[in-house]
Formats: sequence, structure tokens, C-alpha cells
Amino acid sequence: MTGPLTPRDRPFLPRGVRLHHDRVRDLPVLLGPETALMLDPVGHAVLAELDGARDIAAISAALAERYAAPVEVIEADVIEFLGNMAAQRLVEVA
Amino acid sequence: MTAIPQPTLSPDATPARLVRPPPAPPLAMLAELTHRCPLSCPYCSNPLELAARDSELTTAEWAEVFRQAVALGVLQLHISGGEPASRSDLVAIVAAAREAGLYTNLITSGIGLTGVRLDELDAAGLDHVQLSLQGVNAGVADFVGGYRGGFDRKMQVAAEIARIGLPLTLNAVMHRHNLGDLAQTIALAHQLGARRIEIACVQFQGWALKNRAALQPTREQVDEAKRVVAQARRDYAGKLAIDFVPPDYFADFPKACMNGWGSTGLNVTPDGTVLPCHAAATIPGLSFDNVRTTPLARIWNEGAAFNAFRGTDFLPEPCQSCERRDIDYGGCRCQAMAIAGDARATDPVCRRSPHRARLDAIIAAESSAPPPDFVYRRMGRG
Repeated sequence: MTGPLTPRDRPFLPRGVRLHHDRVRDLPVLLGPETALMLDPVGHAVLAELDGARDIAAISAALAERYAAPVEVIEADVIEFLGNMAAQRLVEVA
Repeated sequence: MTAIPQPTLSPDATPARLVRPPPAPPLAMLAELTHRCPLSCPYCSNPLELAARDSELTTAEWAEVFRQAVALGVLQLHISGGEPASRSDLVAIVAAAREAGLYTNLITSGIGLTGVRLDELDAAGLDHVQLSLQGVNAGVADFVGGYRGGFDRKMQVAAEIARIGLPLTLNAVMHRHNLGDLAQTIALAHQLGARRIEIACVQFQGWALKNRAALQPTREQVDEAKRVVAQARRDYAGKLAIDFVPPDYFADFPKACMNGWGSTGLNVTPDGTVLPCHAAATIPGLSFDNVRTTPLARIWNEGAAFNAFRGTDFLPEPCQSCERRDIDYGGCRCQAMAIAGDARATDPVCRRSPHRARLDAIIAAESSAPPPDFVYRRMGRG
């Protein structure tokens, strides 16, 4: 993957990157190589949607419906968030 | 249902001593399974006095440490050594760590790993492999590692890791003898299918301090390395994540060592001693607890060594009034000990440290002289 993500990309968490519920801190975290990222509810909601099957447009539409928010705003947020993760190779796209 | 007795506070119930609130829990634990290693890298972060095999924690003892670590709040386990593959029970140890709920990262030279053993580690749930790299060819790598055939073996192990699909980080330790190969080092990481490379310029602790004159880069090498990294970050964007740890002697401000002493991580040595960092035992007067006799949570929360430099209250000027106090916490305690002779001093890397001139003199002397021979890491020969 090079360049920014597009709505047609189908993101997934690659092997070695996984969501985990931290029971001590009672927070969702993303665990990866040399990485433990504490997630806010939005970050967790986005990452929990990744399955490598649905594209960013579909994921954004689902989140927009669930949170009753404009899909353009959600999609832009998702692309930015996942783009930062992809640059660190914590997210990959099919 | 029985009533639960409630504690009552009388007006004179003043605590006899001040109690400090418990520190935030650690995120990461380094488990040094053994000090045994087929390699003898002259910059090994192990202490000069290495623990003997018969003192090592058993499989069951490690499993108990992992359960306690998870209960305490540890998320990530770095399984290291020595060479962790020198433990015949490595697979069982990884399985125990996963069962406890830890993210498992194996830090290895690759020596002692076969395709079969990697398959077993995969089945045990290993999350990630960090493979060390001593050089980009057998000539440099086997000279630095002190182990003939090590480079070829490592390349075979990297191919097996790629076959299985285990995520790989290449950990390239850089110094005077291989900084010139930095661009090829990054290219090799990509070629081996690594997702990440850590370019770790040698930090002078442990055996590296003993070999500082042999490892000290020149300023030209350091400047060139920064250019190579900047270019590679553009060339490999989205393909290879590049972490660069520059040599701190050449920096203006110290590293935030351990992210702050006793704030984020802890280190369990082969015999169960719990250290705030690799080199903590080089600081005289600190006493360390052992998981064989003390629960890990009590060691983290109340251990004398962990509380010795927790926070920033102990720091002198110029740190106390410095705007960077809560950024770098005054740097590295072990480096302050090694260079300034005082573990509470400002890290001598800092331009504002009264000891900075000493560090500059060391750089000038060492990088202008021909490098002396390595003192290779050996058991029982500090």
C-alpha cells in the first residue's frame, strides 16, 4: 500500500495486530508489534468493523447509521484514522 | 445476608506515615529467560555478571510470573535473553504467556530456531518475532556476533518466519562497524518481508559501555545515518515502518529512558530478579526484589528500587526548573551514574548538564582514534 486510502479499500488488521480488552484499565486496546494503543470508543468502533471484506465506504455507512452522523464526515475520519494506522503497518488493505 | 463491617474514621485516625498512591500499572514486561546465548555481541545489554543456568526460573515459575503480570496490568511481553531459544521449554513458555493473556514478542538472534520449532511457536500463539541483525553480510555480522555461520543461519530462519507468516521486525543494532551499511540494512529488512525495522544505534550500557571505544560512531556517520533514514522513510512509506533510535551521545537532550523510571515497564532477569531497567544493577545501593519471594505487584508498587527514581522529585537543577522535566524525566539514571558518578544527576547527554563536556571529550577522543578490539560478551568473565 502506498498513498492515501480510498473508500474502495478493504482494510483489515494484519496478523500480529489484535483488539484486546484491558481488564485492569477497563479499556479497549490495540496490541501490535511494540505497540499498545489505548482506544476511545470511536477508535474501537472503527477497528472492530475491519474484516477485509467490506470496504471503507461500507464500514463508514454502517458507522454513520449507528451513530446517526453524516456519512461524509465519518468516512473522512475513518480514512484519516486508518491511514495513520496503515503508515505504521497496523492496518493493511485488501 | 450479613452486614459488612464498615471501617470508621475517628478524628484522630491520622496515618502514622504518609502513604503514596499506587503508581500506574506497567504496560510491558521484559522476560530474560536465560543469559545463555550462542552469540557474544560486544554490545549485549545483559549485565557483565551473567546468571548461571542452574539459577534460571522454571517453566512453572515463569507461568506464575505471567499470570501476576497480567493481573497487575501488563499487556505486552518481550521474551528475550540471552538467546531465548536456548531454553528447551521456549514453546511451553510462549504458550503459558498467551494463556495468561499477554501479547507475545520473541526477541531472538534466530540461532536455535528451526522451521519445526517455529511451527510449534506459531501453534502456541506467538504474536510477533523480532530478529536481531548484526550486519548485512556474513563478514560483518559474524565478526560482530562472534559466531561463525550465524548470518547464514539467520537468513534461513527469516525465510521460515516468512513461510509461516509470523509478523517480523528486524532489529538492527548500529555502530561504527556497520553504520555505513545502513541503506542496505533497510533494504534487507524489506527483502526479508519485515513489516518494521528498528534501527537501534548502540546505547552505552552493559557490555556496550565496556566496548564503547570500539563501537563509538563518528559524527559524520551519525549525520549520514539521519539522511539515510529520512530518505528511506520516503522510499518505503506504507511498506516498511522505520523506527530510528539515534545515538544519544550525539543528541542535545537525553532520551526519556524507560519512559520514566518505574512508569511503564519492568524487567525480570533469568533468576527472577525484577529490575526497573536492564542496567539498574549498575547503580550502587539499589536493592532488588525477586519474584520467587515477593509478589510482582508488591515489587512494582512498593519495591525500593522502583521507587528510588519514580517521578521527578529526586531530580536536581537544571532539571527541576526545566520545561523538559516532564518530557525526558532528566534522562537515564544509569548513564548519569556511569558518566557523572551520581544516579540522581541530570543525564550528561543534556546540553544543560554540567557534565556534558565530559561526554563531548569522550566522543572526540573515541571517534578520532582507531577502534580497539572488541571485548566479546562471555559467561563468567565480566
